[in-house]
Amino acid sequence: MTRINSTSAHSQPASRLPRLLPRNVPLHILLPSLVVAAAMLVPLVYLGLRAFEADSATLVDLVFRPRNLQLLINTLALAAGVVVLTTVMAFPLAWLVTRTDIRFKRALTIMGVIPLAVPGYVMAYALIGLGGNYGVLAQLTGIQLPRIQGYAGATLALSLYTFPYLFLNLRTALSGLDSNLEESARSLGYSQAEILRKVTLPHLMPSLMAGWLVITLYVLGDFGAVALMRYEAFSYAIYTQYSGAFDRIYAAWLAIMLLAVAASFVMLDSLVLKRKLARVGTGVARPLRATPLGRARWLAWPYLIVLFSISIGLPVMILSYWLLLAPPDMSFFARVPGTFLRSAGAALPAALLAAAFALPLAFLTVRYRSPFSTLIERSAYIGYALPPLALGLAMVFFSLRTAPFLYQTLALLIITWAMASLALAMGPIRNSLLQTRPSMEQASHSLGHGPVSTFIYVIFPRLRRGILAGVVLVFVLCMKELPITFLLAPTGYTTLAVTVFTRTSEGMLAEAAPFAAAIVVFSSLSVGLLLTKEGK
Amino acid sequence: MMTNLNISADPQGSPVRLIDPLLSVEGLSKRYRSGDPLAVDNVNFSLGNGEILALLGPSGCGKTTTLRMIAGFETPDSGEIHLHGKQVTQLPPQQRRIGIVFQDYALFPHMSLGDNVAFAMRHIAKAKRPAKAREWLDLVGLADLSARMPDELSGGQQQRVALARTLAAEPELVLLDEPFSNLDAALRESTRKEVRRLFKAAGTSVILVTHDQAEALSFADQVGVMHSGRLLQMDRPEHIYQTPATSFVAEFLGHTNLLEGEADGEIAQTALGPVAINHHQQGPVRLSLRPEHLSLSAAPDDHGATIVEREFRGHDCYYLLEHHGQRFCAITPSHTLWKIGEQVRLEPQRTATVLRD
Repeated sequence: MTRINSTSAHSQPASRLPRLLPRNVPLHILLPSLVVAAAMLVPLVYLGLRAFEADSATLVDLVFRPRNLQLLINTLALAAGVVVLTTVMAFPLAWLVTRTDIRFKRALTIMGVIPLAVPGYVMAYALIGLGGNYGVLAQLTGIQLPRIQGYAGATLALSLYTFPYLFLNLRTALSGLDSNLEESARSLGYSQAEILRKVTLPHLMPSLMAGWLVITLYVLGDFGAVALMRYEAFSYAIYTQYSGAFDRIYAAWLAIMLLAVAASFVMLDSLVLKRKLARVGTGVARPLRATPLGRARWLAWPYLIVLFSISIGLPVMILSYWLLLAPPDMSFFARVPGTFLRSAGAALPAALLAAAFALPLAFLTVRYRSPFSTLIERSAYIGYALPPLALGLAMVFFSLRTAPFLYQTLALLIITWAMASLALAMGPIRNSLLQTRPSMEQASHSLGHGPVSTFIYVIFPRLRRGILAGVVLVFVLCMKELPITFLLAPTGYTTLAVTVFTRTSEGMLAEAAPFAAAIVVFSSLSVGLLLTKEGK
Repeated sequence: MMTNLNISADPQGSPVRLIDPLLSVEGLSKRYRSGDPLAVDNVNFSLGNGEILALLGPSGCGKTTTLRMIAGFETPDSGEIHLHGKQVTQLPPQQRRIGIVFQDYALFPHMSLGDNVAFAMRHIAKAKRPAKAREWLDLVGLADLSARMPDELSGGQQQRVALARTLAAEPELVLLDEPFSNLDAALRESTRKEVRRLFKAAGTSVILVTHDQAEALSFADQVGVMHSGRLLQMDRPEHIYQTPATSFVAEFLGHTNLLEGEADGEIAQTALGPVAINHHQQGPVRLSLRPEHLSLSAAPDDHGATIVEREFRGHDCYYLLEHHGQRFCAITPSHTLWKIGEQVRLEPQRTATVLRD
């Protein structure tokens, strides 16, 4: 019979260096990932070139200006305020629609996502127009609110249209929670409050962190609402440097500082998420039973009414008010469809491109974990964390210098939009991939299917929801995107967002209204599509 | 089948090289992280056509890693894998024609049972697949459930679908990764029998990975015992049980008495007196003697062994005994029962096996 020789193998001396890249990453995953990472480096290189144009004396002066510290404090205060306020808005809403017996769950969920579609400058105008002596509220009811502006105004405006990011993350986490965990904690004698703190919250932490990160980076880069509220944050300062003072070197330095702040948040996030919260054991996860609300209903409904009447009702009311106050010529309405097609015609390809970028990246990080793959994945955040203005200018510079055939083309706008929003598409795609066990793919391979047919028949059906969610998030963002469009859109390619912004800044609020309404309505429809597909 | 248990065949004999093995594995080694010990340490074996091999060992012994390298999901650091004499070490899994049934079955949740099975039939024309899928499902007794989705099935049924799907690809070799571990005890035994009958009828070659020695001994034609990445011994179930090579193999396959003795030819002097040993040896030896090969009889005086523990198991009875400060175990038919504290005479009835370590 067979005898076994069991002397120790004389394998090659193992390298002491940690292997950067797992050896077996297939090329069809590795190459696109490297292309994405390289693309993300383009704006960084541009910023670096610009920043070091200055001689050393000016450089020291620029970097150590006391104003920078003030800008940093202002920006951090804004981010902290928005994180707190969005959590207050999103957590109860997510809990109500996933864990309680509240009625109209689907409608509430859709309404919880619609505010994403509201452009920041529309929300800011709505808030500004509400208060003050001549504010809408004073005109309509005689009640006079103090003018909403500055820190409070910026925090409120940003929170009102970014809280859906946190809501979406929390909703997924809460509905995926294994009820056995909470029930076994209860059987061990823990109170409801202790269970929330010791069992539920730790499991929600990854989703909370992911949501907070997306929101923080959004806040760092947003300039529409911040500018209108006249709040001195980094992004506003960058805008005034570019548009007014034309000090591009200082603007580049401000952008680099902002990027450093963003990078430290991304790092912080990955440090906190080191702890794994995987499901252990082979038992089947049981869905949670709905908690009856009982009397708490009388608290829940007023909360929901206030939340939605401010986040959706207010912008809608302001748009209608402008329209009724000074009805524009019908010809403006006739221009809406064409403008809409231009917006969607660039936003949809950008959304598909972002999802296509995100797929290999998600595979690399989920299936081939290594320090290198983490680095590549983190590079996806560069485009999102950079102030859109800085990103747009970098791409103008890049196309003029290196790829003149791209300048003033739709392709450049689409690519830049995809770069700016890649991080948004990554989240849902990565999460759905995490929920697909590798044994599925391996089973398919062992049945003779290569990477292509495995992707089409096994992986894609499992990722469809994640991909759709990523596409919708990017689409909605691009539909209202402003600074990049200004810089990169081909001449005459006016989108809905550009029309709204130019009309409002010229004081023609009523003429802006139909275009703004088109953004909100069509973005809401795509969000609705996302949530109805989800149930299947 | 009656087999003479006093096999005196040479257990240290040279390996029987199969002339044309289906699978041969040579010098397979794998380390997951530099600095870690080898997960698989120079494993060599070969498998004949139609044979069932069980890789048996405690968790972390490297058996699943070995299986995954054969399937192509892990790349070995060194070593070669040949299928039908053809080198497959560098081939991607989809080109190896090796099927695998996962511990979690890995059925595609978005496909019906019929579609799951049809997915395996790349070699068959699309139009013929549904009918053929029904045939495979019929083989595992589930043809009527062809339109069902995987989450509507019980664990045992899912297991059978996974098996049908693997067989439908008509692989050269089927790998089973602890396939019965998610089934409850009653279902496990009947499923095991049924699956074995199925494989034997189809002449399929199989490698099974398990930590359950009863499963390995009853299911396989060959059992390989692994420990810390090494394949310690591979042999037919009755041989590996009767003539284990090391004390680890002896103890992993069931209860045993490990005796220190002084050999002189075919006899060794031990704490139980002279014991016949399975091959010629001189000097100190370590022996393994199975508990069912010890007999208990009434001790004429107080010099026998004392019964310390008794575990009545129905068809037989397991005793723990103490003799001159040493412990022994014995298994005897349950028609004669001894009480705890009784003095008995302990006598070896069969040849003891000389261990290598």
